[in-house]
Amino acid sequence: MTSLPASTGKKLGLVIDLDTCVGCQACATSCKEWNAGGYSAPLTDEDPHGADPTGTWLNRVHSFEAGEGGDSRTVHFPRSCLHCEEPACVTVCPTGASYKRAEDGIVLVDPDLCIGCKLCSWACPYGAREYDYSDGVMKKCTLCVDRIYNEHIEPEDRIPACVRACPTGARHFGDLGDPASAVSRLVAERGGFDLLPEIGYKPVNKYLPPRQRRAATMEKSPIALASANAPTTDRLFAFIDRVLSR
Amino acid sequence: MHPAYSVILFTTTSGAGLGLLAWLGAYAGLGLLAPNWALAVLALGAAFLLVTIGLVFSTFHLGRPARAWRAFGQWRSSWLSREGIVAVATYVPAAFLAYGWGWLESPGAVWRLSGLAAAALALLTVYCTAMIYASLKTIRHWHHPLVAPVYLALALATGGLLLQALLFVHGSALRPLALLLLAVLIVSLMLKRAYWTAVDNARRSYTVEAATGLGKLGRVRPLDPPHTQPNFVMREMGYKVARKHALRLRRAVLLVTFLIPIALTLVTVLLPGRGVGTFAALLAFVSSMAGVALERWLFFAEAEHVSMLYYGAQAA
Repeated sequence: MTSLPASTGKKLGLVIDLDTCVGCQACATSCKEWNAGGYSAPLTDEDPHGADPTGTWLNRVHSFEAGEGGDSRTVHFPRSCLHCEEPACVTVCPTGASYKRAEDGIVLVDPDLCIGCKLCSWACPYGAREYDYSDGVMKKCTLCVDRIYNEHIEPEDRIPACVRACPTGARHFGDLGDPASAVSRLVAERGGFDLLPEIGYKPVNKYLPPRQRRAATMEKSPIALASANAPTTDRLFAFIDRVLSR
Repeated sequence: MHPAYSVILFTTTSGAGLGLLAWLGAYAGLGLLAPNWALAVLALGAAFLLVTIGLVFSTFHLGRPARAWRAFGQWRSSWLSREGIVAVATYVPAAFLAYGWGWLESPGAVWRLSGLAAAALALLTVYCTAMIYASLKTIRHWHHPLVAPVYLALALATGGLLLQALLFVHGSALRPLALLLLAVLIVSLMLKRAYWTAVDNARRSYTVEAATGLGKLGRVRPLDPPHTQPNFVMREMGYKVARKHALRLRRAVLLVTFLIPIALTLVTVLLPGRGVGTFAALLAFVSSMAGVALERWLFFAEAEHVSMLYYGAQAA
């Protein structure tokens, strides 16, 4: 059924911290590694070692620059399915292959029902669905549905592969429908936000904004702050720093 | 948006077939069609053929065409599913119409009702096709109230021009078809021009700042792409036609879809002789079909998708 459930028991999703993400691509590669053999298998790569390689990935990490001059920032920006509460990718599906699970809100594609019409990818504003040209069906983030409930793996591994792989702890997984959950508290504390809220799909995944810079570190280097009773070498460097800064 | 040739061929051919069926159904429903075996086979045969060829084309862009039958399942939410169901349902009253028109001596009320039903379902199919596009909030050029009227008008225009050509071939006439046809062509022309003016002047509501949520830091621009070669999203959603080509192609659409068929329809009215009329009517139909195919290509090629905000577009 491509009609949406009236409500979902849980709202499982990701919280992505744009402050601590370093753009290392570990989440993208571990996603590819797990899912190429998991629920979405295969995730085909075409011409992988040739001149024009392309392939199906469920997670992509962009890098953006925001702001101007000395205040500009490089922000690494992982992008995957946001498991929206009202996703048009599900309702446009003519076969019922795309569906939103009533129990936990995960948006999935049943690979045995998909006819590969690609209409769901047209309906997604986030570019989160990728068609597998070779398999002939649509692929998307499964929130690692084959890990999070998997009793055959260690309890600490029962989280999405991208979250498990992140070396800086920039990715968090949990129930965003429960205001007391760790992810919900994190979102409230850090001012987590939705992508393109005005389009009205109500994304479940949230993004945490980059933190404010500390003003002092922007203005004076430690060398420039060297006081009169500091060692001679420090005062000499402070003098050179002032001269060079003119 | 990437123009899928199978989808362009599908909406152009099945649009003409459904438009033709709408004209025939309306004429039958109003009691203006005399029983005529040869014309019934010719005209309804052409409509059946065009709609069926279109539906077959529509499965060519599927990754798994053998599963196409599953698309009939989700009519509650999906315009694509509704289109499939209504398209197939249209065959039923169309078959009754064919039987009454071609084989019955004096067809009665059932025949006239099936004519009206066939016309209504044919137009409803075209409407469903248009709504597949018009319901997508992600594409500003498609999510527009003039999209469905343009699809309906163009189906009636191409279907009507085909009916006129077939009548000349058969050597009969239906009045006042030429007059109605001129009206439909002029209305279609005005709708398409109004659509272009509207989408060109519409505000781009979505920005890269909203797509990334980084607007508070200032202007946002891409620094490093996530992959070196275009992926599916860029190939499918990132297709773009150069602005200067688009303007030239729009002028070609106006000429080939509307102005040439209008001129040729006037020729069939003003110049006597079946030979001249047949030639002009056939040429008008062929010209309008080529024009609609070009118009559909532009409908895709000019459409901008919101997801391209993540790949360098500033607004969509």
